[in-house]
Amino acid sequence: MSSGPTTDQPMLEGSGIEKYFGAFRVLKAVDFAVAPGEAVGIVGPNGAGKTTLFGVLAGALPPSAGTVRFAGTDLTGTGAASRCRSGIARTHQVPRPFLGMSVFENTLAAARFGAGLGERAAADCAAEALERTGLMHHANRPAAALGLLDRKRLELARALATRPRVLLLDEIGGGLTEAELNLLVALIGQLKSDGLTIVWIEHILHALVRVIDRLVCMSAGAVIAQGRPEVVMADAEVRRAYLGGGVA
Amino acid sequence: MTHYNVERWTRSGRLTVGAALAGLVVLVLLPAFASGLVIDKLTTLFIYILLAVMWNLLAGYAGLVSVGQQAFFGVGGYLALRLVDAGLPPYLALIAGAAGAGIAAIPISTFALRLKGGEFAIAMWVIAEVLRILVMFDPLVQGETGTSLLALNAYDPELRRNLTYWLGLGGLALMLAGTFWLLRSHIGAAAQAIRDDEDAAASIGIDVMRIKQIIFVLAAFGCALAGTIWLASAITFLPRTNFGVQWTVFMLFMVLVGGLRTFEGPIIGALIFFLLQEVFGNLGVWYLAGLGVVAVGFALYLPAGLWGSWQQRSGLQLLSVNVVLRKSGQSTETP
Ligand SMILES: Nc1ncnc2c1ncn2[C@@H]1O[C@H](COP(=O)(O)OP(=O)(O)OP(=O)(O)O)[C@@H](O)[C@H]1O
Ligand SMILES: [Mg+2]
Repeated sequence: MSSGPTTDQPMLEGSGIEKYFGAFRVLKAVDFAVAPGEAVGIVGPNGAGKTTLFGVLAGALPPSAGTVRFAGTDLTGTGAASRCRSGIARTHQVPRPFLGMSVFENTLAAARFGAGLGERAAADCAAEALERTGLMHHANRPAAALGLLDRKRLELARALATRPRVLLLDEIGGGLTEAELNLLVALIGQLKSDGLTIVWIEHILHALVRVIDRLVCMSAGAVIAQGRPEVVMADAEVRRAYLGGGVA
Repeated sequence: MTHYNVERWTRSGRLTVGAALAGLVVLVLLPAFASGLVIDKLTTLFIYILLAVMWNLLAGYAGLVSVGQQAFFGVGGYLALRLVDAGLPPYLALIAGAAGAGIAAIPISTFALRLKGGEFAIAMWVIAEVLRILVMFDPLVQGETGTSLLALNAYDPELRRNLTYWLGLGGLALMLAGTFWLLRSHIGAAAQAIRDDEDAAASIGIDVMRIKQIIFVLAAFGCALAGTIWLASAITFLPRTNFGVQWTVFMLFMVLVGGLRTFEGPIIGALIFFLLQEVFGNLGVWYLAGLGVVAVGFALYLPAGLWGSWQQRSGLQLLSVNVVLRKSGQSTETP
């Protein structure tokens, strides 16, 4: 690897990532990188380690071995909060709203801390995130009053309100109607053309392929194939990994 | 782009603060009219309210359930004794002692805040016990025997009573205002986010440890201030009493009965507790057990407390720490 920043330096990169939960090896020497402005999709059967990889990239889980670099800087030892402030935002597969706060207060805190904005600018940023995700009409409701789909939207709104450079999306499309899914795909496409780097874990392949440049398939803690979506899905090992797993 | 305004003040909020300020003026002038007994009772009430608001700040707004806040109540009093012994004027020593306990809370926090949930709660209780034992080694305290803040006897009793009352009133007013301001700031929002989900809070850029530390130190200072005001009114310092776990029982009772997570609830709870103390205060350990049972009962069956439940039913909120988003130009009176 060259030391100075180059144009093809990855935006976010995990190299040789190992993760054990006790004796259980969940990630096996995973190398994963996403280039600036690129949109990458991740698929893989349940339990493949996709969410765990996000946890390691976002700083929520310390890797057992390996390094995480962001725009050329080694972030391996840093925590989730500082990674978020430097530009890595993630949504949670199982939504984790702040239940004792309103929807707007959820995003306001994200804008204030994650984006590091002052009072007024944070309010505008938080409001914009609610508008983009279609949550504005719920702004002053308690987050606890939201149903599952709106809680997923709030995950996205909160992540956007931190003004990220890299957005890690973990299964935010599940359960949406076809029309809602179209809106989501349009939004993510918009974010991409705004210059955001995107990594999207999603089982709904037909939605994924409308946004992504590259597809990564994980199975049993390892990346087993990556490249153009149709090539990856035709891969023999990928088909084997999915046998009985069920893929859309 | 549409512009938005963040609304932090409601009409009822402004009215409440106005009424509180008017009440404060009356209370400041009260010693000129009221009997010494009333002044003494009110000083005690101020101590209760301060303790309740501090425990709610910790547990209700930051999710830090501590059963060891008597550590700071006791340390504040002890430091005040030490400072008076070193020659500081008594009332200055009472304030400095509380500040010293607040400072002592910083190293304690770096250890205690690493623990979560029940472990944190128990650790705080252990810390309180350890500090009590350490303080008992100081010859000034004379072990179990305790000591008295004799320097206060130099004051005319009437003046001493009033000074202690004003210290309590001023301390309470400043701590209430400061807590309210802090809770409405982004620090307060971060504390609530941490209370609701610590990992999610970190995921949006909140420095969890730093925010917890701010809340912890402020609450320690408040409890210590209550402890020094109490020392000034009781004069005696008994390690078993000043570091007694009964203070935690009192705090739990006031906050859980009044209403956890509301700004007003603990104040209501303190008033109720104050009245109960008047009637049952001498019944000793059974009374203490009764308070504990009632507090647990509230936690299980009426978790919002009296004020919180009433608030949910009536929709009325006097002092809100929440923010509301309005489109520019939109009226402020729609709920
Ligand atoms: N905190 C944890 N402790 C122990 N085991 C865990 C933990 N988190 C995840 N695992 C295990 O690690 C494996 C990978 O989990 P992970 O959530 O990363 O999979 P995934 O690819 O996201 O699956 P899904 O498609 O179901 O979301 C699973 O077997 C899971 O049970
Ligand atoms: Mg997952």
